[in-house]
Amino acid sequence: MTYTARLRVWRGDAAGGALTDYEVDANEGEVVLDILHRLQATQTPDLAVRWNCKAGKCGSCSAEINGRPRLLCMTRMSVFEPGEVLTVTPMRTFPVIRDLVTDVSFNYAKAREIPSFTPPPDLGPGEYRMKQADVGRSQEFRKCIECFLCQDTCHVVRDHEENKPAFAGPRYLMRVAELEMHPLDVADRVAEVQDEHGLGLCNITKCCTDVCPEGIKITDNALIPMKERVADDRYDPLVWLGRTILRRGSRQARE
Amino acid sequence: MIETERHEYDVLVIGAGGAGLRAAIAARERGLRTAIVCKSLFGKAHTVMAEGGCAAAMGNVNENDSWQVHFRDTMRGGKFLNSWRMAELHAKEAPDRVWELETWGALFDRTPDGRISQRHFGGHTYPRLAHVGDRTGLEIIRTMQQRIVALQQADHAQTGEYESRLRVFGECTVTELLTDDDGAVAGAFGYWRESGRFIEFSAPAVVLATGGIGKSFQVTSNSWEYTGDGHALALRAGANLIDMEFVQFHPTGMVWPPSVKGILVTEGVRGDGGVLKNSAGERFMFGYIPDVFKGQYAQTEDEADRWYTDQENNRRTPDLLPRDEVARAINTEVKEGRGSPHGGVYLDIASRMKPEEIKRRLPSMYHQFKELADVDITAEPMEVGPTCHYVMGGIDVDPDTGQSRVPGLFATGECAGGMHGSNRLGGNSLSDLLVFGRRAGLGAADYVAALGRRPVARTGAVDAAAGMTLAPFEPPAHGSGENPYTLHAELQRRMNDLVGIIRTEAEMTEALEHLAELRRRVRDVVVEGHRQYNPGWHLALDLRSMLMVGEAVASSALARTESRGGHTRSDHPGLDPEWRHRALLTACVRDGQEDAVVPRIAVERTERAPMREDLLALFDLTELEKYYTPAELIAHPGAGPQGGTA
Ligand SMILES: Cc1cc2nc3c(=O)[nH]c(=O)nc-3n(C[C@H](O)[C@H](O)[C@H](O)COP(=O)(O)OP(=O)(O)OC[C@H]3O[C@@H](n4cnc5c(N)ncnc54)[C@H](O)[C@@H]3O)c2cc1C
Ligand code: SF4
Ligand code: SF4
Ligand code: FES
Repeated sequence: MTYTARLRVWRGDAAGGALTDYEVDANEGEVVLDILHRLQATQTPDLAVRWNCKAGKCGSCSAEINGRPRLLCMTRMSVFEPGEVLTVTPMRTFPVIRDLVTDVSFNYAKAREIPSFTPPPDLGPGEYRMKQADVGRSQEFRKCIECFLCQDTCHVVRDHEENKPAFAGPRYLMRVAELEMHPLDVADRVAEVQDEHGLGLCNITKCCTDVCPEGIKITDNALIPMKERVADDRYDPLVWLGRTILRRGSRQARE
Repeated sequence: MIETERHEYDVLVIGAGGAGLRAAIAARERGLRTAIVCKSLFGKAHTVMAEGGCAAAMGNVNENDSWQVHFRDTMRGGKFLNSWRMAELHAKEAPDRVWELETWGALFDRTPDGRISQRHFGGHTYPRLAHVGDRTGLEIIRTMQQRIVALQQADHAQTGEYESRLRVFGECTVTELLTDDDGAVAGAFGYWRESGRFIEFSAPAVVLATGGIGKSFQVTSNSWEYTGDGHALALRAGANLIDMEFVQFHPTGMVWPPSVKGILVTEGVRGDGGVLKNSAGERFMFGYIPDVFKGQYAQTEDEADRWYTDQENNRRTPDLLPRDEVARAINTEVKEGRGSPHGGVYLDIASRMKPEEIKRRLPSMYHQFKELADVDITAEPMEVGPTCHYVMGGIDVDPDTGQSRVPGLFATGECAGGMHGSNRLGGNSLSDLLVFGRRAGLGAADYVAALGRRPVARTGAVDAAAGMTLAPFEPPAHGSGENPYTLHAELQRRMNDLVGIIRTEAEMTEALEHLAELRRRVRDVVVEGHRQYNPGWHLALDLRSMLMVGEAVASSALARTESRGGHTRSDHPGLDPEWRHRALLTACVRDGQEDAVVPRIAVERTERAPMREDLLALFDLTELEKYYTPAELIAHPGAGPQGGTA
């Protein structure tokens, strides 16, 4: 079935822009990205939209549809009413480059500030032994396709440019959690997640979890457990000492 | 002169997929100043899409596995056309490359005793693919991305700057390689996609790691990046391509709805127990076991089903034959009227595994069908059909170092040729990226270390390259100009219809006529707007590569008058041993009448190097006799007066 889709697409660049109305054919089974591609091919060849895999795997095509952060390639037209006007805008938290494309370099800068995986010094390649049950949690976080939709939606930085320097955002707080929960990582990351990466600014609203296209439970499985570890470390020196010794002990047992 | 920003590096890596990242890591670890350029953002290269796994004979699940078995499987899969030296290095080094990833933080799925788990895949004798659910490529990209960040952090600690030795230029497209007066590599020219501004790299060594060519076909599992830029850049710089007739059509792509047609359904579905059925509910693959594989595959459904749990006493299911065989079988079923409603066949896992198990093992497949096709794969079968997936052909390189015949020009990953012969086994690409990515990085580092002076780009080359990229903004010479999207759609349709899975001489000739016509029209391509993030302009420039690659594929396919692996000629249906030892090389024509936009190419025959004796001896003579001419087998220890097979 072919019908006419109605779209309002933000067109412009860093200097400013406006919503522009379009009418374009849509077919059964199509996603919003298909419709934007048809616009490019038939009406406005220079419409800027970032995409790559068109299969929900690369996290390039992030934008906002009717104000909600979404992947353009995984949003089917059928989730909207046929007559509904779709408003498609760039992610709001990042500076616009052009049309639907934003400058996401903030995220790459944050990624660099997190100390990397720190392997046990005495384990060589091929000697790693880890139980599936112990890697499951970090594997969940490694499903992240870096679409930055969670970064876009988080109210700590959405419309709050001033918080950006102090706050890594859910994706990178989760990265710290991923390393912290990696069975063989030997770095202690609890103090720095609070002091350097701004975990304290998160008030667990779960908006990040809501928009994650990979369905990662960012808040429940990464952020809250990290907050608990921070709390343990901060307020109970005995727990802190005990936990550290325990962790070292269990690590040695594994090795 | 047009304003161009300039950078100097020791090694320039073009491409940030698995191969490019691994090459850059190797070069940087040798202490060289290294740049990575890529068309998309860092961490989003096509490799993220790889699903099933990365082949390496670690023997974690079946300890009988070894590099020799992996080597044999790879050569068989490629129907003995592979560069045997590459297949040897690959089989020997893949385990170390996978283990190394763990030391950089990768988290593969585990065996019960805590080692890296390995899964079954088509053509692999033992469970061999290291994997993370069905998102293995993402894990590999992310791990190397994070390794690069770790190296940048080390540089930051030492020099105060993250990018002092290793920098990623994301959303930056290279349109031309620069060479010096003697033809040696001197750097590259390109543009920032975001701003359209020009950029020139001066570098004595360039590693091409640009991936594949699938975007020249209508139905493909590949992303927009796969326009064959590396293949075309190499040709224009004077390198050869090899084996371009061999294009892999993956047997299982989605077929419905049209908007997702071609998106991959991982072979892991079959590796984990899924089976192919036709509209009559028959498991038709039992009828398609070719002679060369007779005896290696189960002949009954019972045996095939037992094999999943007991591989010692049963033979594997023919659902896991090499991809070329399965794709042709599906093609035949559909043609003969036993297809599914949307022109595919059924892939059934729902009736063979519990829903929870399916969701755990194949989460992204579950998600993909649910989201994009409204199909619940735990309850109903999928509809699948062949999709253009991988190009075996590529830049002809030295197996050990990855160097092409152009001094200073290296190539690795999907854009390099040779490793996979006429057909790649699933899982052998990710391992290829790691093994030969590292080797190309080291090759480039050695080359730079031995170099006396830095080659300087020919004068005028940068201005010429800039002029070429600006041409689509100029008013057309004829009429109102050509729309790049229209030209692209036409190219894709022609390649799909004429140079697809089954080919004939008449179709190849017709394809070449259409390509010649498109080559004329592409000169009149015009784009609207300005240079800032302008997709129409980007496509107009990519068309240059796609057309050159299209001609290379069609011309090579016309020349090879036999059927083998990813090249099937219905007018020459059999394997021909006289074609096994021949290779087809594609080169740019240099006759003084060059077409600067899309230079013409020519294909010529060459002989492959005979396999080293100790490697040849790994195969039974009776098996080799199916592929080789008698004269080639004299060196085999099983041949000669004593007779019998080794
Ligand atoms: C859906 C899918 C699933 C797959 N699953 C598997 C699997 O399970 N196992 C397996 O082994 N293989 C698999 N493959 C194959 C494998 O993923 C690819 O062959 C492999 O990832 C190619 O890697 P690469 O490093 O050569 O190139 P890519 O990862 O494709 O990277 C190419 C890079 O080059 C850059 N580039 C290209 N042109 C230019 C230019 N002009 N200027 C600048 N940069 C440029 C791109 O931006 C990109 O960064 C799969 C492929 C697909 C499509
Ligand atoms: S849970 Fe925390 S990180 Fe997530 S959106 Fe809310 S405040 Fe931001
Ligand atoms: S955590 Fe989810 S929403 Fe955030 S970047 Fe990763 S995939 Fe996107
Ligand atoms: S294009 Fe890759 S996630 Fe949408």
